[in-house]
Amino acid sequence: MLQIENLKVEIEGKEILKGISLNVKKGEIHAIMGPNGSGKSTLAAVLAGKEFGEITNGKITYMGKDLMDMEPEDRSKEGIFLGFQYPIEIPGVSMVNFMRTALNEHRKYRGEEAMSSSDFLKLMREKKELVKIESGLTSRSVNEGFSGGEKKRNEIFQMAMLEPRLAILDETDSGLDIDALRIVANGVNQLKTAENSTIVITHYQRLLDYIVPDFVHVLYDGKIVKSGDKSLALELEDKGYDWIKKDVESVSYE
Amino acid sequence: MEKEQDKILNEVTSGEYKYGFYTDIDNESIPKGLSEDVIRVISAKKEEPEWMLEFRLKAYEAWKKKKMPEWAHLKIPEINYQDIVYYSAPRQKAKLDSLDEVDPELLETFEKLGIPLEEQKRLTGVAVDAVMDSVSVKTTFQENLAEMGIIFCSFSEAVREHPDLVKKYMGSVVPYTDNYFAALNSAVFSDGSFCYIPKGVKCPMELSTYFRINAANTGQFERTLIVAEDDSYVSYLEGCTAPQRDENQLHAAIVEIVAEKNAEVKYSTVQNWYPGNKEGKGGVYNFVTKRGICRGDNAKISWAQVETGSAITWKYPSCILKGDNSSGEFYSVAVTNNHQQADTGTKMMHIGKNTRSIIVSKGISAGLSQNSYRGLVKVLKNASNARNFSQCDSLLLGDKCGAHTFPYVEVGNQTSVVEHEATTSKIGEDQIFYCNQRGISTEDAIGLIVNGYAKEVLNKLPMEFAVEAQKLLQISLEGSVG
Repeated sequence: MLQIENLKVEIEGKEILKGISLNVKKGEIHAIMGPNGSGKSTLAAVLAGKEFGEITNGKITYMGKDLMDMEPEDRSKEGIFLGFQYPIEIPGVSMVNFMRTALNEHRKYRGEEAMSSSDFLKLMREKKELVKIESGLTSRSVNEGFSGGEKKRNEIFQMAMLEPRLAILDETDSGLDIDALRIVANGVNQLKTAENSTIVITHYQRLLDYIVPDFVHVLYDGKIVKSGDKSLALELEDKGYDWIKKDVESVSYE
Repeated sequence: MEKEQDKILNEVTSGEYKYGFYTDIDNESIPKGLSEDVIRVISAKKEEPEWMLEFRLKAYEAWKKKKMPEWAHLKIPEINYQDIVYYSAPRQKAKLDSLDEVDPELLETFEKLGIPLEEQKRLTGVAVDAVMDSVSVKTTFQENLAEMGIIFCSFSEAVREHPDLVKKYMGSVVPYTDNYFAALNSAVFSDGSFCYIPKGVKCPMELSTYFRINAANTGQFERTLIVAEDDSYVSYLEGCTAPQRDENQLHAAIVEIVAEKNAEVKYSTVQNWYPGNKEGKGGVYNFVTKRGICRGDNAKISWAQVETGSAITWKYPSCILKGDNSSGEFYSVAVTNNHQQADTGTKMMHIGKNTRSIIVSKGISAGLSQNSYRGLVKVLKNASNARNFSQCDSLLLGDKCGAHTFPYVEVGNQTSVVEHEATTSKIGEDQIFYCNQRGISTEDAIGLIVNGYAKEVLNKLPMEFAVEAQKLLQISLEGSVG
């Protein structure tokens, strides 16, 4: 589904991603872990098509297409969903209106007719249930005045509405208490099928207790320095990121 | 960062004006220039009575003594008043007995503007007075309204048919001495709409005037007079467009509203005069005086405006709250893009006791434009327990435009409460990207955000108009995104 080959990205002259390669197949869950500043969020943003910095090297192929040729909105309509680490507030635009516009854009792209109001509201009710989002929340403006937890749940709600092929969840666990974490993880798990893939970006192992990854990659200083199965996450939790740092640094001294 | 910003800016500043066509129609125009003789010619062409000519000549004398107002936050190029044609009319039969006699070319023009004049085609519920250049082309549903005693006709017709009413109210809210442009209008005004709602009558349909400038080098000077007698109600709409031209065109109108005891008048405007091109060439100068008076107790006047057009706008629809318990409202969305300039707002004069006013102003600036809100809330000594709430928001798109707020508050007693809130925000690239990531294009995202921002005002417009206005907002700001 997604192949990243030797991706290098510079922001304001500084190299942030220093040659990343990653292969995500249909149905897989990948976790990308790493300390702050390792380039995790940059990777997520580049995949979603945020224009910042410069891709100096590499190639990203998604569903057989060159991702770099696609506008952010087309990536969305092709099934890439980014769960934002810091969801953006849009005052004056109700969630209902926002989501309906988005969903109908997706449908138009697929050559389907716009959804009727009653079908749309029905769908919203179903999906709200999934993330236990308060019904009043959707009549408010997009993320405006939402608590941290509400914002994160709202991201998963939008994901449920759009049913992406590839979901990239950027630090979805940050700022969540354990109950909220469970609800969010539960939502993600319920949306998981054999056809779609998920990239979970996280600093901590605890989210991976609930969303069990097939692969774990450790990103450090702009490179994937270690890959493994879910046991790597536990090892990391146990030994801390210093262990990786030492490991990497000792390698570079050799 | 810079790149993305520039891209969004480019996209939103390259919107196209969709009403810029010109109708090639046989015109009767008088030569350029302004003088006493020209005023006499206009008056004669309209076969006006002597008192009307006198009014015009007095206004002309007043105008000559006045100076152009310079206090607004506007850069107005010098206007050569001798280089303007003050009367131009599509040539057609003087009096029309039916629509069949209206030039098909004219009907087609209004059809193209989305204003079909054939009554069977109109959505029931809106009566239209269509004004092109200096004359009214056709007023629809007149007979139906007349059955209820409602007079809805062109201003010229009112002068002929209802001279007493015109004499009584014309200039009573905006005297010809009021300001430079009001004096000019009073001297040379050509046509406009007149509307009279008798005592106790609730007008069953929206009344509307559609103004179209067509001829080149022509100024448009219309005046509208609305009189609502005791316990009556009317909702009035005004729309306007003009062809795309390199020269600037002057539009100086007057609107007067009189609301008697318990009467309510709603006045909605969607102003879409040609704004000039991207380089700031051409466009209409929109210098308008609009004022309403709540003469009787419990009267109510409400202004709602969506201003997207014109190169320069100078406009302050105001309310004089004379009757006790009377109220005034002003809801405005003003969009400026490219090189447009707008200085717009309102005046609320609290004279009666327990008078209330609400001001909601939403400015949206893009491109290299300048957008100012200017408002005065004045509470006189005897207006005890007056209340005003003002909210002035500015939304900026890009960093090369300007938004300014000039609120003036004068309160003459201790029992009144005046509140003012103001905010300034920007459409951030983060917001755009968030929308993009959900599959919404930049263009649609801006439309969504702008309409969300302006919702409070759009909700005040009659349904049919609100939909139009929403589209218009998006068109004014969107570009040709590939």
